[in-house]
Amino acid sequence: MNLKDIITPLTVWKQAAKEPWTIKNPLTERPGADNYRGFHQNDFDKCIGCGSCEEICQNAAIDLVQVEGQESKDGNSGLRPKIDYGRCCWCALCVDICPTGALTMSNEYTWISDNPDDFRFVPGSDKTKWQNDEKGYKRDEKIALLDFDRIDMDELHPENRDKSFIEIVKGYNKEQAIKEADRCLECGLCTATCPAHMDIPAYIAAIREDDIDNAFRILYETNPLPEICGRICTHRCEDACALHHNGEALAIRWLKRYIADQIPAEKYAEVLGTKHLADDKLDQKVAIIGAGPSGLSAAYYLAIMGYQVKIFEALPHSGGMMRYGIPEYRLPYDQIDKDIDYIMSLGVEIQFNTRIGKDITIDQLHADFDSVYAGTGLHLGRSTRIQGSDHDKVYFATDLLREVALGHEIDVAKKIVVIGGGNVAMDITRTLARLQNQAYGKVDVVATSLETEDIMPADREEIVEAREEKAIIDPGWGPKEIEIKNEQLKGLHAVRCLSVFDETGSFSPKFDENQKKFFEADMIVESIGQGMDLSYISEELKVGLKFDPRGRIKVNEDFQSDLKWLFIGGDIIQGPDVIHGIANGHIAAKAIDKYLNGNKEKS
Amino acid sequence: MIKNSESKYKDYVADRSKYPQEEDGKAIIDLDSHKFTKIWQGPQHPGVTGNMSVELIVNGDEIVDAKTRVGYLHRGFEKLMERRRYIQCFPIVCRICVPEPDTNEYCVSAAMEELAGIEIPEKAKWLRTLNLEMSRVTSFLMWAGGQAGSLGMNTIPQWTVGMRDFWLDLFEEMTGGRVYHMYMIPGGVRKDLPEGFRDRVRAQIIQTKELLVDVERSFFNNAIVKSRLIGLGHIPKEMISEYGITGPNARACGVENDIRITNPYLKYPELELEMITGTESDAYERAKLRYRELHQSLNLISQILDKMPEGGEIQAKLPNVLHWKIPAGQTYKRAESTRGEHGFYMVSDGTKYPRRIYARGASYTHAISVLEKLACNITISDLAALMVSLHTCPPEIER
Repeated sequence: MNLKDIITPLTVWKQAAKEPWTIKNPLTERPGADNYRGFHQNDFDKCIGCGSCEEICQNAAIDLVQVEGQESKDGNSGLRPKIDYGRCCWCALCVDICPTGALTMSNEYTWISDNPDDFRFVPGSDKTKWQNDEKGYKRDEKIALLDFDRIDMDELHPENRDKSFIEIVKGYNKEQAIKEADRCLECGLCTATCPAHMDIPAYIAAIREDDIDNAFRILYETNPLPEICGRICTHRCEDACALHHNGEALAIRWLKRYIADQIPAEKYAEVLGTKHLADDKLDQKVAIIGAGPSGLSAAYYLAIMGYQVKIFEALPHSGGMMRYGIPEYRLPYDQIDKDIDYIMSLGVEIQFNTRIGKDITIDQLHADFDSVYAGTGLHLGRSTRIQGSDHDKVYFATDLLREVALGHEIDVAKKIVVIGGGNVAMDITRTLARLQNQAYGKVDVVATSLETEDIMPADREEIVEAREEKAIIDPGWGPKEIEIKNEQLKGLHAVRCLSVFDETGSFSPKFDENQKKFFEADMIVESIGQGMDLSYISEELKVGLKFDPRGRIKVNEDFQSDLKWLFIGGDIIQGPDVIHGIANGHIAAKAIDKYLNGNKEKS
Repeated sequence: MIKNSESKYKDYVADRSKYPQEEDGKAIIDLDSHKFTKIWQGPQHPGVTGNMSVELIVNGDEIVDAKTRVGYLHRGFEKLMERRRYIQCFPIVCRICVPEPDTNEYCVSAAMEELAGIEIPEKAKWLRTLNLEMSRVTSFLMWAGGQAGSLGMNTIPQWTVGMRDFWLDLFEEMTGGRVYHMYMIPGGVRKDLPEGFRDRVRAQIIQTKELLVDVERSFFNNAIVKSRLIGLGHIPKEMISEYGITGPNARACGVENDIRITNPYLKYPELELEMITGTESDAYERAKLRYRELHQSLNLISQILDKMPEGGEIQAKLPNVLHWKIPAGQTYKRAESTRGEHGFYMVSDGTKYPRRIYARGASYTHAISVLEKLACNITISDLAALMVSLHTCPPEIER
């Protein structure tokens, strides 16, 4: 045995004199690292209850539960994650996936309790000492498990579109659509928010699977106008989209359009399985007033239930506001026809140029049909009623849009001012800009609204595109007076609008009279909202109906009025927009079926 | 092999010819003869390296026959992953091995990246290499404690496992977790280095090297260690390929087999890295080789810290992980763990879920067939030292 090997180990004796490395817990504090994956925190102001954390958790440690004080609303399920620390493995995938960044982890790692139930807790709701700790694991900005950037949509270049009414948006191709569909979180907040409760995650999943026929069938379960909605829907679903909080919302509307675009009109009946539907009809007849979205929706669902449906339309074409209110560059007429022709192919009859109350009375309809659905829409313009607004060069936007759609000539002025900041105002502004371009080769149209640009009700893309087409958007002005000299319209006097709504949220604009502006014009268009025309409802019938303070007829949740045979929906009840009309029509169709055949045995 | 005349295994050859022979792989041993006794080492025994046990048949204190028995640790990770989305696999695989989880994370991520055709950013490659080398250091430190502890020297484990905890502190800073780092995800890594991290690692390297001087003095230059380890568990060179032995166990007898050099991955080609080999693979030689590789890893970390750029992307763009589908295909990705070749075989069938994931750990060989062979003719008291000298890790056997 080597003597060296006996002595050398003894030379490490000095280790005995060293300070021990152990710490005296809890006397010595030892916080987790800045980046430590400790106990969860949840910021309820940011959390939308989308359930992505629950979906990604590979231990099934997260359940979404109802929490006191958290209400369900558009884009927020009101549910919050409850975490079971008997299952959690602290991988923080839930933190990395959280689309709003609400769920994080603190660097706290000790928690003592003799009650096992304590360790199933709702971070953010149950009081924990680490809820407001700033340190701990947060999602790194450089990593993304989700795709927050929307696939760009091809559009016509402003120079190629500002003289014509050719459709601007070109639509996704297959590759783009599948890529966009891949971004979906399948949280379903969109479905809850959509007035028609379309099963959006399901049809988007079908796009991912490239099963367009199935996607198309899913669309028709809740919406018989997909080509139309795929272009001009007000897409509340996208406002509710979970991706919207840290990036761009999923392009749900364009995806819907993609599905409908893939199915040619002649294959509709085959794909939807309605080839022989028109052969066998029930005896009962339903009359529908107005061939707009809500009337068409009701007609479709009644038709597939077997009812004989007849629509009465005052104008020479079907579509209502979709044709007469929305310019062709946003919604081409052939696409409207594609959807409506299919509905008509199911045996739905439309009688054009027939105004109820004038050509036929509503009592006559009541006598001839078993039930009546009215979806007559908002076709009357609303005036600012300022001085000079009765001049004959002051128009309503709805009237002008209708004239354009009917193909009538409009006397387009060289200098135009549009009053209004909604989508209809943008529609008429951009329509007039095109007409000016066609007539004079240049654009001189100004749109002004009470609301400042950040709160303008029009869609952001409408404002941007209007500007691309050289229209001027000058928001934040309240119209005061229209100047008329020698019966000639000179322009609009306006003052700075400071606020539109008061603290309670009611409409009560406040102005600064010292900031003035004069908009020179020889034509003014008012686009500040639309009104309804209920003149077709006779005075005798009105006695049996109830009205709310805003003049709308009161209906129950099935859109049935106090006259049991009369159902009413669409813009005159809810909205105004196409998707509410479609939703109302669908619900009313089911209610009419219940009203007419509710007690009968159904095979 | 250093021949030490004092070593009790100086002429050790695993040979049980004087005992009853095997028939159909089973030893014919008559326990009723009272010549032999059957005892179990494990599963709860300080002398096993984890949740496994060795069924021993002994004659006196000499082992006649040894069988590795597992079944105490089966968590079904491979099967679990067939029911998980691809992104949900990385929190699972790290749990296959507690002392060195990162090799699992790397292999499974690399396999997914290869099948999905994802190229990860340069910075992510550097960070992964750093992470892997740091995990080699922690694994070797734990082994050093185990090897000394298996000989009844309970001071060295206090030092090395304590030192390992300082490395875990660094892991905590870097990844957010001490033991299960869950740092490498498909596409890259989850975090860049925190501020001042490189300096703290450099200081830690110095501190570790200081400690290792004392470990060397008290362990390698120790008469007791030499007398017990030299010759113990000698692996003849011809056993290497026959048994599929990899890692330090194979290199100790001169086989040049280090995946970091022979099949380099990540940033290893850009690092100065020499193959470390020994001459005769016995427990002492293997210990010395691991000690040298521990220093090698420390030097590699220094190199990485010097060469790694600041800033840069850390993750490649992934598709939405909730619907991520990987095209059908199969691959085998491997990396050099402290125990040998660690690999993952992955089959995808084009759906959201992996069709099959198979984890290959070096211990499957080392703790079953090799251990059973080498345990013959040694004494019960040396079995623990043999097991640690093969650096066996039961979780790799049972995934």
